[in-house]
Amino acid sequence: MAIGIQQTALQESSTLAIGEINKYDFRTNSTAIFKARKGIDPEIVSQISEMKKEPVWMRDFRLKSLEIFNSKPMPNWGGHIGVNFQDIFYYLKPTEQQGKTWDEVPEEIKKTFERLGIPEAERKYLSGVKAQFESEVVYGSLQEDLAKKGVIFTDTDTALREHPELLRQYFATIIPSTDNKFAALNSAVWSGGSFIYVPKGVKIDFPLQAYFRINAESMGQFERTLIIVDEGAQVHYVEGCTAPMYTTESLHSAVVEIVVKKHARCRYTTIQNWANNIYNLVTKRAVAYEGATMEWIDGNLGSHLTMKYPSVYMVEPGARGEILSIAFSSAGQHQDAGAKLVHAAPNTYGRIVSKSISKNGGRSSYRGLVRVEPGAKKSRSSVVCDALILDDKSRSDTYPYIEIEEQDVTVGHEASVSKIGEEQLFYLKSRGLSEAEASTMIVSGFIEPLVKELPMEYAVEMNRLIELQMEGSVG
Amino acid sequence: MSVDSKEKLTVSGLHVAVNGQEILKGVDLEIGRGEIHALMGPNGSGKSTLGYAIMGHPSYEVTSGTIELVDADGTHHNVLEMEPDQRARAGIFLAFQRPMSIPGVRLADFLRHAVTNIRNPDRKEGQDLIPMREFRGDLKAKMAELEMDSDFARRYVNDGFSGGEMKRAEILQLAMLRPRFAVLDETDSGLDADAVRLASQSIAKIGGADMGILVITHHEQLLEHNIPHRTHVMLGGRIVESGGPELATELHKQGYERIRVAYPEAAAAEQAMTATV
Ligand SMILES: Nc1ncnc2c1ncn2[C@@H]1O[C@H](COP(=O)(O)OP(=O)(O)OP(=O)(O)O)[C@@H](O)[C@H]1O
Ligand SMILES: [Mg+2]
Repeated sequence: MAIGIQQTALQESSTLAIGEINKYDFRTNSTAIFKARKGIDPEIVSQISEMKKEPVWMRDFRLKSLEIFNSKPMPNWGGHIGVNFQDIFYYLKPTEQQGKTWDEVPEEIKKTFERLGIPEAERKYLSGVKAQFESEVVYGSLQEDLAKKGVIFTDTDTALREHPELLRQYFATIIPSTDNKFAALNSAVWSGGSFIYVPKGVKIDFPLQAYFRINAESMGQFERTLIIVDEGAQVHYVEGCTAPMYTTESLHSAVVEIVVKKHARCRYTTIQNWANNIYNLVTKRAVAYEGATMEWIDGNLGSHLTMKYPSVYMVEPGARGEILSIAFSSAGQHQDAGAKLVHAAPNTYGRIVSKSISKNGGRSSYRGLVRVEPGAKKSRSSVVCDALILDDKSRSDTYPYIEIEEQDVTVGHEASVSKIGEEQLFYLKSRGLSEAEASTMIVSGFIEPLVKELPMEYAVEMNRLIELQMEGSVG
Repeated sequence: MSVDSKEKLTVSGLHVAVNGQEILKGVDLEIGRGEIHALMGPNGSGKSTLGYAIMGHPSYEVTSGTIELVDADGTHHNVLEMEPDQRARAGIFLAFQRPMSIPGVRLADFLRHAVTNIRNPDRKEGQDLIPMREFRGDLKAKMAELEMDSDFARRYVNDGFSGGEMKRAEILQLAMLRPRFAVLDETDSGLDADAVRLASQSIAKIGGADMGILVITHHEQLLEHNIPHRTHVMLGGRIVESGGPELATELHKQGYERIRVAYPEAAAAEQAMTATV
């Protein structure tokens, strides 16, 4: 299947996560100082686990995942993945990540920081010059407030140490290592990411942001995020930030798993702006139980190639899944983005809205799956994907897959491809807007229905990013 | 400023083609700042084409003739060399017969950009917009004068506007941008009777003695508060006759039969133009 969804994913998972594997039970000499080297093999994977002083089950899980990774072929759809797996550092201690100087950071990235008005301290962190960003001072009181309500919000490594029972219960149950090659890779070498647990009935009324704890490896290369929203609880999580993430490594492969229990709500917002050398291959999936709502808001502006299809499995009656996706690809970029909705219970409701923009030879693809399982009666699903192509060099494709195994459902699909109209441009120019301003305004308007879903400061940054992307595209 | 002001927009010997087909066949017109000119003529005679050519629509190719802007000090500017946005910044405005909708772009945001650029013609992209507070105050006042609900500015530009709302939005833009010369292309069409009266008053107030206005219309009401200094009749891509306000009244009452008979050559051109469409 083109999308790569595993039908068995949900059932298969629990056994996998805690699989017993003994054959890699070798030991490096005890307190071995972790020596970073390139490449991936059982030794490196064991070392990572040992470095982090993880429980045995996690180490075994990593090793098993490595086997799965090795056994799976590269996906032969999406984009061309030109990654040499043996030429990558899979784990660096924070101290080793330093050592780069501000001078080595490309001019373009610096300029973007400037334009976005990113504070000095954050610029250094974001560009990898500084491993730590002191945010505790600013956000400390908020953290305290959350803790009082029983909310756990930490990095996943810490969660594994402090809340092993929760990790053991949920980790890799939504996205097992067998799901796809890159989920397997992440499972073998993961580090950092966010862990959130929101107790029953607790509603967090402001967006939780990775900014809170930007010093906690929140945005590593192989981060692993797990969010559990207990019954009737509510949370909005905003991943990372919109500043261009610059790293010398070329692969970012994250896994994000979300459990939304009965009548709970979760919204997960990402605006990805990786540097243009990055392969961004991310697996994101949520399971929504009875009457629960899961919303993904997924913006993709950066990277060389992104392959990302946030999904919602609606497994109990009345569950809702919504995915809003924005992709902007410019020269040298391919955004293969989309969404998956699986209706596995009656009366479930799903919606996908995708907007893509291609300019300057960029390529955007929408790849989506709506699947309705037998018995998911009275379910409704709608897909709207609109593409805007700014010039003749650029490309846009749509790969909508629909699998319906139930009669009593409503599934709609609309797609449009448009170019910026000469008449619209003329109208705006006749009011004194330059050609570039006019095109930018039309593009901003095109994605406005999605941008208005973002928290205020992200909406503002999103618009500034669009302006930056649009610069030099005309004239 | 007096009607004899030297500041003016001049069109001479203008020929305009669309897709290789000639639409305007030699148009001469001079509008002084502070003057009101009415342009009438049957459907398809070329009135909107003249408006587009003055604003610089890329599909309307000027094959010969000139359009010039003359400053009070006598400096001539070749309008044909300017991009549409430069023309706007130089003080030319076109209220569209059929305004374009720009989905997702709020009228207020669009207008703030436009006002900024027109007040600072040398502004470069990315430079600051005029302060929000100043802009909001101005916008609110103008909307109140036009009896528009201030919520209207939050709507997307012309997106789902009724015919009348579009025309009111065009008048609002005129009021906010305060050009030196404006072409109002059937700004009265789509407005109800009360709205036309209000539009007529508003335009008179906005324009005053400060603007040169070319009013393209099929009706008389818009002219009620904007008595034209000159009325022009277009037929077959030419201005065939000009006169005072009484000409507008005559055409409105009697139609274009007398004109067609009096100018058989233009009438033939009109026939030919409609035949090829
Ligand atoms: N973009 C275009 N493409 C093709 N033909 C055009 C275009 N614009 C104008 N024309 C033709 O040029 C002629 C003049 O059109 P124009 O819109 O200027 O007339 P008008 O005098 O404004 O008419 P109305 O009173 O109906 O608004 C018409 O025959 C019209 O079909
Ligand atoms: Mg017309």
